[in-house]
Amino acid sequence: MRMKILASVGLVVLTTMALAPARPPMAGGTVTGKVTYTGTPPKMKPIDMAKEPSCAKEHATPVMNESVVTGPGNALGDVVVYISAGGAAGAPPAQGVTFDQKGCQYIPHVLAMQAGQQLEIRNDDQTSHNIHPMSKVNPEWNKSQPPGAPPIQVKYEKPEFIPVKCNVHPWMHGYFAVLNTSHSAVTGADGSFSLTGLPPGKYTVTAWQERFGTQSQEVTITGNETAKLDFVLKATEY
Amino acid sequence: MSRVARRIASVAGLGVACVAIAAAGVRAQGHNGLPPEGQGSDRKIIKNVGRPSVGKEEYIRYCVGCHGDHGDGVGENTQWIDPKPRDFTLAVFKCRSTPSGTLPTDQDLMNTIRRGIVHSNMPEWRPLPDQMIADILSYIKTFSPRWKAEQPGTPVEVPAETPVTTESILAGRAMFQKFECWKCHGPEGRGNGPSASGMTDSKDQPITPYDFTTSDRFKCGTSNADLYRIFMTGLDGTPMASFSDNIKGDAGWDLVHYLRTLQPMKTPEATIWKAWLATHAGELKPIGPDATGQ
Repeated sequence: MRMKILASVGLVVLTTMALAPARPPMAGGTVTGKVTYTGTPPKMKPIDMAKEPSCAKEHATPVMNESVVTGPGNALGDVVVYISAGGAAGAPPAQGVTFDQKGCQYIPHVLAMQAGQQLEIRNDDQTSHNIHPMSKVNPEWNKSQPPGAPPIQVKYEKPEFIPVKCNVHPWMHGYFAVLNTSHSAVTGADGSFSLTGLPPGKYTVTAWQERFGTQSQEVTITGNETAKLDFVLKATEY
Repeated sequence: MSRVARRIASVAGLGVACVAIAAAGVRAQGHNGLPPEGQGSDRKIIKNVGRPSVGKEEYIRYCVGCHGDHGDGVGENTQWIDPKPRDFTLAVFKCRSTPSGTLPTDQDLMNTIRRGIVHSNMPEWRPLPDQMIADILSYIKTFSPRWKAEQPGTPVEVPAETPVTTESILAGRAMFQKFECWKCHGPEGRGNGPSASGMTDSKDQPITPYDFTTSDRFKCGTSNADLYRIFMTGLDGTPMASFSDNIKGDAGWDLVHYLRTLQPMKTPEATIWKAWLATHAGELKPIGPDATGQ
């Protein structure tokens, strides 16, 4: 009897320990690094927005095509770096992500999200856009969004890299990276990324660039350490 | 056949039908005696239960030449024809009563098969009985897993048509400006707006915006209710977006009434509009980039 009570108390203590927030939010391993390219990337051309004066006047200098974004030291921007295998996918973050149309550009050009995560699409321009994500795995839709229209709220349920375009302004071009993980990052122009809060385990980390394809590497996290992982993608001219 | 030759042939073929329709002033009826695709709840609902194994036989007989063994739109004829046949593996369809991004109803698909697609090689399969079409549909659905995972969308409601009045047409004209229909369809509806050139569909095939001045049928029907449905649902897989988030209820009829004035047929809308224009033309600002705020 006494043993039983002790055992029960022990169980309760153990259960409580398990349920209590085990660690501060940022604990866990980190994978950090830089994405660069070798070879010669295509030269990005300026976009002529003359057909849409309300957008053209928002840019003092012409906007460049964004399908390859580079920085000093062969840094590669707008690369999605994410956990493609290992660990549990988990529920999508409660916090949604936002895709904005401003100056007839998509901001950001590449938006990463977890499958099932809330996506808000805004139009901050004085012109009508149509948002046309050309998904193949998820249902394909195409909606107009005139100036002042409320944001479009959607979710994508299946992982897929979805090209997004506006048929009215054909230079507008971007990507939704719908992933099976909440651990993802999109590199800035300096090519750097950081995936945080990784529980111990073995992971495959993948880098994706819209022109240069994907590259994967393995990494093992044992505790709260920071693992360094760099990617070098081969630039192709077309 | 070249594009021009095909156009001439199809215009010649359509001529008789168009003249007949125009002369009678008929435009709200279903095309060529088909049951009209009605408004709201009076839409005909397909009753037949499809049998995929039977449908396969019919598919091989009637459809496979263009739509292919695997339903991917790659049949033996495909290399010769433009626009390309529908790729059923994507389960993306232009002509729907359902919201953009959702599967069409069986009735939508049956209507498309019966109606055919104007200016394409998809003929009107009017003589096929309902049961045969239901069988074919059930087989076509085996080409995409979406038909198992998803239900067709809830059809967009088409309210009873409002009276055709000058006010309605003017309101529709303001919508044509505000929603920038002219960017693709052109200020006069000629399909030559500033964004019209170089358009492609979701399979990277060239596609052009509808030219209202041709008197051609729409791809997805002929009636005012069909026109209402086209801009509300959008034509999925094409640049034509859905406007149902921004156009609600009776306002859609205003746009329908204005769009009808762009067509050369004798319609009630055109008659009222011409009479009004005779004395008021000077009051209108032209549609286009400089006319914001109409």
